[in-house]
Amino acid sequence: MFHLQGITKIYRKRRQEVTAFRADQLDIAAGDYVAVVGPSGSGKTTLLSLLGGMLSPDSGKVLFDGQSLYDLSLNERTRLRRARIGFVFQTFNLVPYLTALENVQVPLYLGGIEASEQRDRATALLEQVGLGNRYDHKPCELSTGQQQRVALARTLANNPQLILADEPTGNLDPDSREAILSLFDGFVGDGRTIVMVTHDPAAAERAARKVLLRDGAVVTETGDSRNAA
Amino acid sequence: MNLRTLVWRELSERPSAMLTSTLAILLGVTALVAIRHVTVFSEREVGTQLESLGANVLVLPKSATLQDYYSADLTAQTLPESHVSSILLANLAGVERLSPRLCVSTKIGDRAVTLTGILPQSEFQAKAAWQSVSLFSNKHAGCTKAADGPKTYDAAPEALASHRTIDQLKGNEAVVGADVAEFSDLQPGRSIDLFGESLQVLAVLPRTGTVDDSRVFAHLHTVQRMTNAGEVVNAIEVMGCCEDAAGGLVPQLSKLLPDAKVVTISQVVSTQVGVNRLMGQMSLFVLGILVVVGGASVASTISSNVRERRREVGTLMALGATPGLVTRMFLLKALVLGLVGGVGGCALGLIVAMLLGSQWAGVMVTPLPDLLLIAIAAALTITTIAAYWPARSAARLDPCCCFSEV
Repeated sequence: MFHLQGITKIYRKRRQEVTAFRADQLDIAAGDYVAVVGPSGSGKTTLLSLLGGMLSPDSGKVLFDGQSLYDLSLNERTRLRRARIGFVFQTFNLVPYLTALENVQVPLYLGGIEASEQRDRATALLEQVGLGNRYDHKPCELSTGQQQRVALARTLANNPQLILADEPTGNLDPDSREAILSLFDGFVGDGRTIVMVTHDPAAAERAARKVLLRDGAVVTETGDSRNAA
Repeated sequence: MNLRTLVWRELSERPSAMLTSTLAILLGVTALVAIRHVTVFSEREVGTQLESLGANVLVLPKSATLQDYYSADLTAQTLPESHVSSILLANLAGVERLSPRLCVSTKIGDRAVTLTGILPQSEFQAKAAWQSVSLFSNKHAGCTKAADGPKTYDAAPEALASHRTIDQLKGNEAVVGADVAEFSDLQPGRSIDLFGESLQVLAVLPRTGTVDDSRVFAHLHTVQRMTNAGEVVNAIEVMGCCEDAAGGLVPQLSKLLPDAKVVTISQVVSTQVGVNRLMGQMSLFVLGILVVVGGASVASTISSNVRERRREVGTLMALGATPGLVTRMFLLKALVLGLVGGVGGCALGLIVAMLLGSQWAGVMVTPLPDLLLIAIAAALTITTIAAYWPARSAARLDPCCCFSEV
C-alpha cells in the first residue's frame, strides 16, 4: 500500500533545522496493522502526516498503491484522502457545535452523499458503535469514550481502506480503550490497514507490526508485514 | 448536512463571537440609510417648492428671518398695508397676483391655531378700478411661462392651498386648514368663533403637510379689526408670471420698498439646499466609515475565527474538505454577518429617518426600495471583500494542525 523511499522531512525555525523524519525505505502493505512507537518528538506524527498526504517531504517519494502521493495536486490528494483514508485523533476532534449524528455526516457530505443517505448511514454507524441513543447529543454532552466512538463512526463513514490513528486510546478509560481496539481488530480482520501512533504498550501489542522511531529515524521494526507494498 | 448547516450551526451556537462586527455593519448601514433617506426626501421637497413657488417673491419686514417659505408670514414684525398699493400702482413687469397676509396666534379650545388675514383678488380689481389703473397689465418680456406650461388660477376657495391666493372672500367668511377642520369638526357652512366674532366656514383646505394645515384664513381687514392690529401686514407674497420674472422683480421691489426685505423662494430654500449638500457629503463619509470600520471589523472577526478554529479546519481538511470549500465556509459566514447587519441596519435606519426626518429637514420619509437594496448590497460586498483574505488563509492552513493536542 505504502512505499516510502529516501524520505526526509526537515522543520526550519529561527535559522535552525530539525530533521523530523527520515527513512531510506519503509513499506506498509495492505492489511498491515502497524503500531508506530517512540518518545515524544521522535517523528511519529510527522510520519502519520506524510502518509495522510498532508505534509510534503523535502526529499523522496511517498508511493500510495504505486502512485506518488505528492506528485498529485492538492485537490487530488484531498479527494484521495476523502475516499480511502480515515483518521482517528487522540482528542477526537469532533466539531463541538454539531450533534453526534451531524459529526458522522460531515465526511459523507464532503464525499457528495445526498442528505437523506447521509442520515441513514450516520445512524447505522452510530448504532454499530453502540451510540444508537445519542444521535442528538453534542460532544460536550458525551463521555470521552462515547466521543471517541463517535469519532470512530465518523472515520468509518466513507468506508476507508486505511486508518491513520494518532494516539487513539490516549484519553480513554480501559473499557473504552478495549472497545476501540476491538473495532480496530475487526477492521484489520476485514483485510484493511491501520497505522497507529501510540504510547500505549498494550495497544501497541495488539498490532501485528511495531515500528520504533527515535530522533526522526526508524530504529527497529518487529513483526511481519503481510505483503510487499 | 451541507455547507449552510455547518455555518449556521456555528453562528447560532456562538452568536456573541460575531456580535461586534455585525453591530459595526448594522450601525454603518443605519446611518447611511437614515441620512440618505432624509436627504433624498429633503431634495424632493426643495424641488417641489421650487417648482410650485419658483415664480413667487416674498416682501417681508427688514428684520424678518425665515427658513420655511410657508411660515414666512409668522413674524412679529409688520409692514404698512400701503406697500400693497405701492406695488399695485408700480405695475411691475411680470406681476400676476398679490397676496398680503397678517398672522395672529390664537386658540380654538386647547389647540393653537394661526388666524391669517388675506386679501382676496376681487379687492385688487376693485382697488384698480377705483384708482383707474390697469391691473397687472405690464407683461414680462421673454416670459418663460409658456415653456413651463400654462399657469392658471383656480377660482375655487380650496385652491388657496396651492395657489396661495383666493379670488373671493367676504368679511364674515373663513377658510380653514385640514388640521383645524379635523379637531374642531368644521365643515363648509358651519361657524367658528374667534376674538368674540363668528365667521362662517367657506371651505376646508386639502391637507398640505405645512403650517397652512393649522391656519384659519379670514379677510385681511376683518383680522386687522378683530385684533386691533391697524393697517399692517406681516408679508406680501408677489406671484410672478415665471421664475425668470421673479428674479427681475427682486431689485425693482427692493428699490420700490427700501424698508422691506425682498426674497425669492430660491433664496429661502438655499439654506436647505446647503444642508442637503452637507448631508450628501455626510452620507459619503458614512459610507467610507462603513467600509473602513465595518470591513476591518469583519476582517478581524473572521481572522480570529480562523485562528480559533485551526484544529477544526485541519480536521475538516483531513476528512476531505478542499481549500475551496474551506474558503466558501468562511465567506458564507461573512455574508451572513453582512446580511444581518445590512437588513437590520436598513430597518433601523428607516425607522430613524421616519421618526427624525420631520425634525431634521421637515420632511415626511417613506421607504426607498432601491436605496435599501443598494445598502444591503454594499454591506454584502464589504463583508465579502473583507473576509476574502482571512478565508483564503484558512484554506491555506496546514491540515497537520488537526494532530496537535489541545
